[in-house]
Amino acid sequence: MDILVCILLFSGLFFLTAGSIGILRFPDFYSRLHPAGKLDTLGTLLALLGLALFNLQHFSLGALLTSLKIMLIIIFVFVASPTATHAIVDAGVRAGLAPWTKGEKRR
Amino acid sequence: MHTNEEKNLHHNQPEPAQTARSPLCFFPLLITFIMMFGLWLLLSGKFDPFHLSLGVISCALVAFLSSDLLFPSPILKGKLTVFLRWLCYLPWLTIELFKANLHVAYLVFHPRMMDLIDPRIIKFKSTLDSELGLVTFANSITLTPGTITVNVSLDGDFKVHAIDRASGDPLPGEMEIKIAKVFRKV
Repeated sequence: MDILVCILLFSGLFFLTAGSIGILRFPDFYSRLHPAGKLDTLGTLLALLGLALFNLQHFSLGALLTSLKIMLIIIFVFVASPTATHAIVDAGVRAGLAPWTKGEKRR
Repeated sequence: MHTNEEKNLHHNQPEPAQTARSPLCFFPLLITFIMMFGLWLLLSGKFDPFHLSLGVISCALVAFLSSDLLFPSPILKGKLTVFLRWLCYLPWLTIELFKANLHVAYLVFHPRMMDLIDPRIIKFKSTLDSELGLVTFANSITLTPGTITVNVSLDGDFKVHAIDRASGDPLPGEMEIKIAKVFRKV
């Protein structure tokens, strides 16, 4: 059980770190949203799943309720994160920002 | 004044039909109530009579006021099957999400990342017709390999930003077929 929790937490941490580095490394606004929208979703998902499992180790009604609440957060993140990404991309398109293409200087 | 009366007239027109199928109108109310009350139990975590009755009262009030927002039409036929099929679609989406993340993480840590990526905007037309199907499709595109939905119109015109050539090519493809299966008419 402990091992499973550790694996989940560390893989979540890995994806979150990759997301942060990706935001720094990618060349423009739109491509930066790829790590921000995807890696953060999976990172949060895995880390929260790990926490929910860890919380269930000493089983009681209170622990179960807390774990279920964490699952609610996961569902919310799963729905809200892509939606928020759409909103940000849409704002960029409306402002008239052209996407970076191969060969240009990075912004 | 005149327009106001007209609006009222329009508003009143479907009333007789609704009272005719009153036993059916009860179901959306009940489902909303059950969902609300489940959430109440989960979030309060107190099971003594006082908190339970408080929950029943407030959930009933909210369900009465807003069940028609959750279920715009009182016809529930087929909604459950669609929901169950949608649940069966989620595991596949999770696997795809995992693959997508590994791909983007690979790009992020690659030392020659700038040579690998080749961002482009792809336009295509989707054959999905239900609004919920389009929303699911748009969110799934954002979550899966190297693509973000930029814009969707109600007729199904998609604009998608893809991070490299390979990730944009398979669109709409398999995912759209799966979602079309989920939202097909019952």
